[in-house]
Amino acid sequence: MATMAPSVPVRARTFFRDFRGGDQVAYLITFLFAASILLVTVLLVFELWLKSSLAIHQFGFSFLWTSTWDPVEGQFGALPFIYGTIITSLLGLLISVPLGVGAAIFLSELAPPRVSNVLNFLVELLAAVPSVIFGVLGMFALVPVMRLYVQPALTRAFGWSPFFKGPAYGVGVLTASIILAIMVFPYIISISREALMQVPREQREAALALGATRWEATWDAVVPFARLGIVGSIFLSLARALGETMAVTMVIGNDPHIAASILAPGYTIASVIANEFSEATSDIHQSALVALGLVLFLITIILNGLGQLLLVLTAKPGTSK
Amino acid sequence: MTLRRLWRRTVSSVMLTLTGICAVITASALFFILGYLVWNGSTSLDWNFFTKLPLSPGELGGGMANAILGSAKIVALGALIGVPVGFVAGVFLSEFGGKSIANIIRFTADLLNGVPSIVIGILAWALIVVPTKHFSAWAGGFALSLMVIPVTLRATEQFLGQVPQALREGALALGASKWRSVATVVVPAARTGIMTGIILGVARISGETAPLLFTALNNQFWSKGFNEPTASLPVMIYYRAISAFDDFHRQAWAAGLVLLALVLVANIAARMVLARGAAAQRG
Repeated sequence: MATMAPSVPVRARTFFRDFRGGDQVAYLITFLFAASILLVTVLLVFELWLKSSLAIHQFGFSFLWTSTWDPVEGQFGALPFIYGTIITSLLGLLISVPLGVGAAIFLSELAPPRVSNVLNFLVELLAAVPSVIFGVLGMFALVPVMRLYVQPALTRAFGWSPFFKGPAYGVGVLTASIILAIMVFPYIISISREALMQVPREQREAALALGATRWEATWDAVVPFARLGIVGSIFLSLARALGETMAVTMVIGNDPHIAASILAPGYTIASVIANEFSEATSDIHQSALVALGLVLFLITIILNGLGQLLLVLTAKPGTSK
Repeated sequence: MTLRRLWRRTVSSVMLTLTGICAVITASALFFILGYLVWNGSTSLDWNFFTKLPLSPGELGGGMANAILGSAKIVALGALIGVPVGFVAGVFLSEFGGKSIANIIRFTADLLNGVPSIVIGILAWALIVVPTKHFSAWAGGFALSLMVIPVTLRATEQFLGQVPQALREGALALGASKWRSVATVVVPAARTGIMTGIILGVARISGETAPLLFTALNNQFWSKGFNEPTASLPVMIYYRAISAFDDFHRQAWAAGLVLLALVLVANIAARMVLARGAAAQRG
């Protein structure tokens, strides 16, 4: 080394400069790829805005609260779809949150690690099942059951209220909600489980030492500790449910009317885009569909943002994986 | 006092049992789905399904050979575009990016990940179908690529982040430049995890239907190259299922079984590889 020293510096400097140049090039290339994600997202917003501007100019904000959807007459109002999207998602969450959080509590607090991991694995596989397959199962397995048993039973029991009135079609808002509930289970369970498992041991032990029963320790000491994570999982699931297309399209009945009854057919934003987009011939029809897409985009973005924020707030440095 | 204690104990065991029931219900959903599909799908599946073209409504028989090939084409396109972008961007976030730029990109990728797939379809339609004036495998592949980017990026960043800092320092101390240490030391150390993430992402897009409905559209025949409307398995399942013909329903079941088997095998394989990698790392 020492003997080479005199000749090294000049060559070494250019050599290393080249390599530092290599670093610059690597930085630039990787940065361009990363920036392309930014570009695509900006393009997404821009194109949604551009392609819906015709409908936005023609209908203005009244697009959001008028409820006539008549492609032949060129009348477009988004309300039935917005209503259908929100009601199916909320009902779906109403079913899946108690079940999902219950399962998450079981997996993190009670189940032996081995059982917990196997069940979690199954639940994650459930998340991988394509949406169109949920749709097929919904159409052929759930819809007949709803038509023959569940809907008549509900009408008999609660028919006095406007929410359970009407003929049993099998398809409808409630059927779509049940499918959505099954589809968002995995998100609620795995995120909530993660949040519950991050709760420090001392929290449980302190409660038990004060004489709490196992359930009291879980419900009063552990769950409140993880509540932000659980709420975050609910937001993310809600965003998923709102944007869910195929399974809902196949079981909701696709009828753009607002009915009080949850047994009646409905329609969602994603479903109407799926059904009408490739066949929309007039510019204004297409533009109205893109405007619906823009509405859906904005709703899901806001919910996702809130959900992510809650998850960031719960993940403490050092404990998160 | 003892009565109250008895009450609290009862509440505790009842509630804990209920959580167990919740877990059983949710896990059994998967078994129900699998069982029902296998039951209906296996009786519908035959050799024609893999080799014949679809027939018109009313005719018995026929298959989905074109949809199988079409799905392969579209998914391959999506992966070939999306995986490199997601991977290189992930390397940027983990190794090269400064804090603020990386945060902006990370946030954008999360946002993109949350965009409903049908809205992604609208973007691909606006960017490719509208200018070229026809539906094509390109448009479908582009739509799917946008869905695989965030997943790949996440996996890459996460697993690069788990590579010990000492490995990087070791490479740098031996005189490697930064990109060399990343390319020859850091990325190889994380390759199992990254591969797993990529497999999961590709499995996810292979089941996507909504973004293909008005980008790749559908096709009853073989499509030449990438510039024609192209059939795909998920879209085929959808149209077969909502049709009014029993024989079409049978084919929807068969296709559903094939699709689900592909997706689940990919998922299980990816997770097993990951578990083995983790075990090896622990020694």
